[in-house]
Amino acid sequence: MTVSDLERNAGLPFDPGVVAGMRVNTPAALRRATALPGRRSVKRAWQAAWLARAVSMIDLTTLSGDDTPGRVRRLCAKALQPARADLLEAIGLPDLTVGAVCVYHEMVPVAVDALGGKLPVAAVSTGFPAGLSPFRLRLAEIEESVAAGAAEIDIVISRRHVLTGDWAALYDETAQMRAACGDAHMKAILATGELGTLKNVAKASMVCMMAGSDFIKTSTGKEAVNATIPVSLVMMRAIRAYEAMSGFKVGYKPAGGVSKAKDALVYLALLKEELGDRWMRPDLFRFGASSLLGDIERQLEHFVTGRYSVGHRHPVG
Amino acid sequence: MTRVAEIFESMEWGPAPEGRAEAEAWLDGHGRVFGHFMAGKRGKPGKTFAVANPATGEELAQVTQGSEADVSAAVKAARKAQGDWAKVSDHGRARVLYGIARGLQKHARLFAVLETLDSGKPIRESRDIDVALAARHFYHHAGHAELRSELMPGAEPWGVCGQIVPWNFPLLMLAWKVAPALAMGNAVVLKPAEWTPLTALAFADICAEAGVPPGVVNIVTGDGKTGAALAAAEIDKLAFTGSTEVGRILRRGTAGRGIGLTLELGGKSPYVVFEDADIDGAVEGLVDAIWFNGGQVCCAGARLLVQEGIAEDFTARLVARMGKLRVGDPLDKAVDMGALVHPEQKRRIEAMLARTSGTVHQGSAPKGCYLPPTLVTDLAPADPLMQEEVFGPVLAATTFRTPDEAVLLANDTTYGLAGSVWSQDIDVALDTAPKIKAGVIWVNGANMLDAAAPFGGMKESGFGREGGVAGLAAYLRPGSGAKLKPVKVFGGEPAASDAVDRTAKMYVGGKQARPDGGYTRGVFGPKGAVEQVGTANRKDVRNAIEAAQVAKGWAGSTGHLRAQILYYLAENLSARADEFAERVTLQTGAKGAPEVEAAIGNLFRWAAWADKHDGRVVGVPMPGLALALNRPVGVIAAFAPEEAPLAGIAQILGAALAMGNRLVLLAPETAPLTATDLYQVLDTSDVPGGVVNILTGDHGDLAPQVAGHKGVDAVWSFSSADISTAIETEAAADLKRTWVNYGRSRDWAAPPSRPWLNAATEVQTIWVPFGL
Repeated sequence: MTVSDLERNAGLPFDPGVVAGMRVNTPAALRRATALPGRRSVKRAWQAAWLARAVSMIDLTTLSGDDTPGRVRRLCAKALQPARADLLEAIGLPDLTVGAVCVYHEMVPVAVDALGGKLPVAAVSTGFPAGLSPFRLRLAEIEESVAAGAAEIDIVISRRHVLTGDWAALYDETAQMRAACGDAHMKAILATGELGTLKNVAKASMVCMMAGSDFIKTSTGKEAVNATIPVSLVMMRAIRAYEAMSGFKVGYKPAGGVSKAKDALVYLALLKEELGDRWMRPDLFRFGASSLLGDIERQLEHFVTGRYSVGHRHPVG
Repeated sequence: MTRVAEIFESMEWGPAPEGRAEAEAWLDGHGRVFGHFMAGKRGKPGKTFAVANPATGEELAQVTQGSEADVSAAVKAARKAQGDWAKVSDHGRARVLYGIARGLQKHARLFAVLETLDSGKPIRESRDIDVALAARHFYHHAGHAELRSELMPGAEPWGVCGQIVPWNFPLLMLAWKVAPALAMGNAVVLKPAEWTPLTALAFADICAEAGVPPGVVNIVTGDGKTGAALAAAEIDKLAFTGSTEVGRILRRGTAGRGIGLTLELGGKSPYVVFEDADIDGAVEGLVDAIWFNGGQVCCAGARLLVQEGIAEDFTARLVARMGKLRVGDPLDKAVDMGALVHPEQKRRIEAMLARTSGTVHQGSAPKGCYLPPTLVTDLAPADPLMQEEVFGPVLAATTFRTPDEAVLLANDTTYGLAGSVWSQDIDVALDTAPKIKAGVIWVNGANMLDAAAPFGGMKESGFGREGGVAGLAAYLRPGSGAKLKPVKVFGGEPAASDAVDRTAKMYVGGKQARPDGGYTRGVFGPKGAVEQVGTANRKDVRNAIEAAQVAKGWAGSTGHLRAQILYYLAENLSARADEFAERVTLQTGAKGAPEVEAAIGNLFRWAAWADKHDGRVVGVPMPGLALALNRPVGVIAAFAPEEAPLAGIAQILGAALAMGNRLVLLAPETAPLTATDLYQVLDTSDVPGGVVNILTGDHGDLAPQVAGHKGVDAVWSFSSADISTAIETEAAADLKRTWVNYGRSRDWAAPPSRPWLNAATEVQTIWVPFGL
């Protein structure tokens, strides 16, 4: 299980002034995002170590209508043994696992059983992905997933509250969801691809943190645009601002669209620069990803053997 | 524990070195000893000096110290080649420039590594910025070569251009100099900086590959003495980028020679952050503003002006960001700051830092020729660190209260190269940007550069522009008239008259003023004495300039208003045409009516121009707008021509006023009454007091006073007196703009407007990135 010495985000009272004060200059954010990959790179042992660290922070995910218990068991096995044993042995990290497994509610019991308490199960909830089912049922969904053994709940926010600027409503909903989570950790999915502007992303991030989210997360993976570096920059800066206000460290989860090892390294470089080393642990950072792991495995084999690899040399999840 | 497992825990950065084998091979291929490059050939090495890698101290190569003879041989080679080069078709020159651009791209990594080895700048910068922008500059100017006849019919190149470039952007500054010069048909002799000559020497290979005819590009290496020899050589134009101190020396040295001069000098650019800015964005912007190339950038945002209410928060976030900046091996792909260019530069910066009274915050840096990112807070404007250019990674910070105060502090400097304004409020940002008197302003950004966007200074940051259409003017020879004919000087006895005594006074701040010294002189025409005028002394000059400074509202008036006033002036002059014609004849013996007609025509033409000298929207590769605005120069002092005592005044006054300048006019020496008679016309035409001030007196006596006054932004001379050299020499003190006749005449009846528009305005480039 993910262990953490952190004090959980207790939230803050809703403060519209703070929300109104969130500012993002988009061209400047884009410049930073564009320049970063050219400014930072890690090579050789550092690259291998960083990629292993990325693996340890993956929420290995399956969120499909055709998920079955068999499919989920296979994924859980991959979560516990994310790369070939010989490769993990070679880099000296034989016990490496991913961060968690992320599934729909119906698959929670299978995943809990398959993981046997070695990794947390995260459940997407609250009418995922659109978040438009009756609010009462959205809260009930959280409670049922927690009862079924989910240690983490990925909720979706009501985008309409962001788009109409009803920040108080967003706060209230999110706070009630957090209460429904109980001891389970809550990741608030902003669906940034549907929020229109980076300024809205910053404001929604701040509101969700004030409402007690343990993590803020970019996307469901179902929007047309999912996690991006500029959006991540804005959300990380919001996390930093929230820490300065409250003292609480809130986690960050980019989800959807991170499928290459190289991209993962850019996210980690941004994380290290904007939030710092403490965030480079599974209790404060996750990748929501399904195909990223496969690319990392190939890169690790390259590091160990000096030869480029192909997918079929690595067990599927 | 394996290395990987250790790093897995620490999550530290590791080395990411760029290879240097190819650059070493290139150096070895030349035996690590270089002669000059002239007439298409690499010469034999002469007396050489060592060029070192500042990051390691290792010697990279021996380079020849250029002698006077070397310089003059290079100039001769350029002279020989230039005529034929200028005759190459526009398309032919375009192909050569395109070939250079492609050559730089094909060998991009070699140039990048060589630049980093030689200068200590991070490989990321030399790769992504220096070499990329240098190639872009040649592409852009291949286009200017192709379109020259179409866009600038009749344009003539200067001829042979001497070009001296600095050590901070060795290849990029070469590109900024060579590309426009070649595009317009000039030949060049370029002297790279003593500390960083290698990429210029490698550029010689590109020239040969691209088909640059022998002698069109010549490169002479050496120190400041070589530069001085180049400035003194038989060149037609001198272009210099470097320190303000050397710029002054070059201005003095070239005074009166009639050669073209453009200077891109130092800066202490303000970085203004309003309380409604994206603070994290503005903090990150400073990384590009002051820690780009270790702050060894003329346009570095070196003065941080933060609105008081957010200053504490801003400083805390900035200090945190500084802690994350990586300083180290310039060949490491993941460092933010490399080595300083030379240990001497490091000592200089440390000495400046040692003197400050402010609070110093620093990041970390390795031992050796490195300095950490440095912020100095709690500074008053009086601290030397707020005034003097450091040319290092040192940011000097202070606070302001209001937008007006921000502008006041931003402009509280002798420099005027660049500036940044950060605000999310479009009113605040766009109102403040043009109020900063500097050649380049970035809204919510810093150090954005592009070949299409004019770059260059105001005030003591120099004159002339590089890049875009405005930059081409620096490489085109202005038209020149015939040698001025001697002025007819009449004499005689003061005439006794029955009429009431008339002694024309001077005109200062909208009022008539007696000469401070209490002296008058007679005005004589072919029929003897006409009248008397006062003789201005330095106090009258001071008064007139101060009156002009006070009238700064004129610069902000609308073009429409200025046009109306100029038309009104023409109308009132027309009403008194006969009287003015008679006075012209009385003083000069020439026919007066055509002179008056020409004057009215000139006023009409400038009224026409008042709302038409539009700026440009510049096509830079960025979402947003880059605007090249034509801003008034400020206070212009002009010596009026004897050859056209009324039409000339109308032309000067029209051009200066139409473009929003204030004028101190020095009346023609022999025919001053056409100027003094104008007072009443000015008064009746609603010209605000102080916008036009008129002095009478001896041009030779007044020229040094006027050109030496630091409240004047530009001095023009069309005088028959031999004052061009004196004006250009005195103007060196504060690098004011000069436009003098070197004893040559000019067409005064409907002259071409373009040179006047250029002289009466300065291009200010404002970058306004936007996007969602």
